[in-house]
Amino acid sequence: MAARTRPARRTEPRRNLPFLYARYDHAALAGALRRMHLIRQFEEGAEDSYMRGLIHGTMHLSIGQEASAVGICLGLTDDDQITSTHRGHGHSIAKGADVKRMFAEFFGKTTGYCRGRGGSMHIADVSKGNLGANGIVGGGIPIAVGAALTAKRLSTGRVVVSFFGDGANNEGAFHEALNMAAIWKLPVIFVCENNGYGMSTSVERATAVPNIADRASAYAMPGVIVDGNSVSDVAEAADAAIARARRGEGPTLIECKTYRYRGHSKSDRNRYRSKQEIDEWMNERDPIRRFEAELVEFGILDKAGIGAIRDSVRAEIAEAIAFAKESPAPDVANLEKYVYTEPA
Amino acid sequence: MMEAAAATAPRELSYAQAIQEAMALAMEADERVFLMGEDIGVYGGAFQVTGDLVERFGPERVMDTPISELGGAGVAVGAAVTGLRPIFEFQFSDFATLAMEQIVNQAAKMRYMLGGAVSVPLVMRFPAGSGTGAAAQHSQSLEAWLGHVPGLKVIQPATPHDAKGMLLAAVADPDPVMIFEHKLLYKMKGVVPEGHYTVPIGKAEVRRAGRDLTIVATSIMVHKALEAAATLAAEGIDAEVIDLRTVRPMDRETVVASVCKTSRLLCVYEAVKTLGIGAEVSAMVAESEAFDFLDAPIVRLGGAETPIPYNPDLERATVPQVDDIVAAARALATGAR
Repeated sequence: MAARTRPARRTEPRRNLPFLYARYDHAALAGALRRMHLIRQFEEGAEDSYMRGLIHGTMHLSIGQEASAVGICLGLTDDDQITSTHRGHGHSIAKGADVKRMFAEFFGKTTGYCRGRGGSMHIADVSKGNLGANGIVGGGIPIAVGAALTAKRLSTGRVVVSFFGDGANNEGAFHEALNMAAIWKLPVIFVCENNGYGMSTSVERATAVPNIADRASAYAMPGVIVDGNSVSDVAEAADAAIARARRGEGPTLIECKTYRYRGHSKSDRNRYRSKQEIDEWMNERDPIRRFEAELVEFGILDKAGIGAIRDSVRAEIAEAIAFAKESPAPDVANLEKYVYTEPA
Repeated sequence: MMEAAAATAPRELSYAQAIQEAMALAMEADERVFLMGEDIGVYGGAFQVTGDLVERFGPERVMDTPISELGGAGVAVGAAVTGLRPIFEFQFSDFATLAMEQIVNQAAKMRYMLGGAVSVPLVMRFPAGSGTGAAAQHSQSLEAWLGHVPGLKVIQPATPHDAKGMLLAAVADPDPVMIFEHKLLYKMKGVVPEGHYTVPIGKAEVRRAGRDLTIVATSIMVHKALEAAATLAAEGIDAEVIDLRTVRPMDRETVVASVCKTSRLLCVYEAVKTLGIGAEVSAMVAESEAFDFLDAPIVRLGGAETPIPYNPDLERATVPQVDDIVAAARALATGAR
């Protein structure tokens, strides 16, 4: 984590601030905090709706991992693209999705992003560059490389970010994709959100190297380890990787060390980790509380300002859930629509 | 006289040349079209289908990939969904088993999962089939695997003419099209028109009209069925031969109409008989109005229930041959069962 400095004074040069606070203005920083709250409250709202039987299937919550989603996407434009994972609600929100349409998708409604065909594991908002969550571990990684190939071939200036978890680093797709991105010098950033466990199996038990970022050396690309619960650290690493990609110098692997508070999915009994471990992460390293403390410390927001953000997010989530509930269900007669492209 | 004959004779190309010409035309017409595959550049592809295209279009558009079928297929999916038009070659269709995740879970389902927000205009080519002495891992016919997946289109052109026209139709198609090319067809010559034309996906073709029985065949079996039909004709048995051409979506109309006319159905395909294309064709007919016209049980001739063996006699015995088709058709047509 970058060294803390004293609260910014107007006379102090900006370079003395940690990256995030030197790079982004107050509005952007407040916006980043709002997105982190939006992710957390979205996840809580989804969990609550699930418990009440309003949502069926399963879901994978990213509570505790908000800093990596928001920190990475802060440096992206709407034109840049991402591929995401089964734990992808946060990425979708960080990339600018409308939580109304996300909830509507979870409720299986026609107003949802996937018109009720995809659900939690296939959330996508192509208009904002989110090419989709993915139900297959590692499935999105080569797709991101393909999107980066398009960006290079058509000279769009776009960069592509592929989010994946620690479990994906042992899939063949990961290794094949990183190798191809490197040999073709493609504008893609591989972001591993290492939350310590692939379902129940710890990284120590599943992965031969201590850090996922160590894999980068096999593909001759920079491998960067960051505190995934520090928005500033994540954003700083993303900024360097995005700049490298836009310069045409090729891919970067960023490993965000983080933690998920909830179980893998709704069937998880948490037998593989201790309550003490979970409590430590929640109480001592919570990404939102840390970000809020920094914002106060650097005089960007006060407690009232933070409270106002939380309240406005609460209202937005309530409105989104109401929208989802009231939206129409798909017509069963259209079951086979969207399997193929209909002739124009 | 010879010059005049040369000027008017229809041009012939091999099946492989026809594919190459189609790919070149597609790339000339559309900057977004490019080729990906293992050793398709200077090597020219394991079966010389891409040949010297790299010299005309450069290594960026005739792109050698590492030996990474899964990753390569995924790159093709990602490129297709974001605005390019990849034509991806598996060196052997068997190697596509390594890429099933991207084909089945991603390419086929992406449009549906995303509620129609995207299309995946991806063409994949699969050199398939036995007869080359390459044994069990280089000789399979896996088209029924992919034919089972909604979201994919699966075609098996049997002639140089169709290989070109169907590939150009596949490139123009907004959805993923899987092309199974029998390796023994690559050197077969046939009339191929110059320039751009398409042969529609989803339409079977009656290759030989007949009254006594319908033979529905796929890929190389079309030629074996036509050869068998010539022998049968000498015996007074008039076989209708249908080239199915597309596995998904299957042309129900053409097949059912033919069986309504002939009242007998023989399905011939190289892939393993059980749960194969013939099972689907048979069921399609049995469920249709043609059922009432059937004068005999439907017969399937498919591959043996074995991996493809190395020994040439064993290899030949694994898949239907002309004599097998003649015998089966004769028995079916004459009721000598």
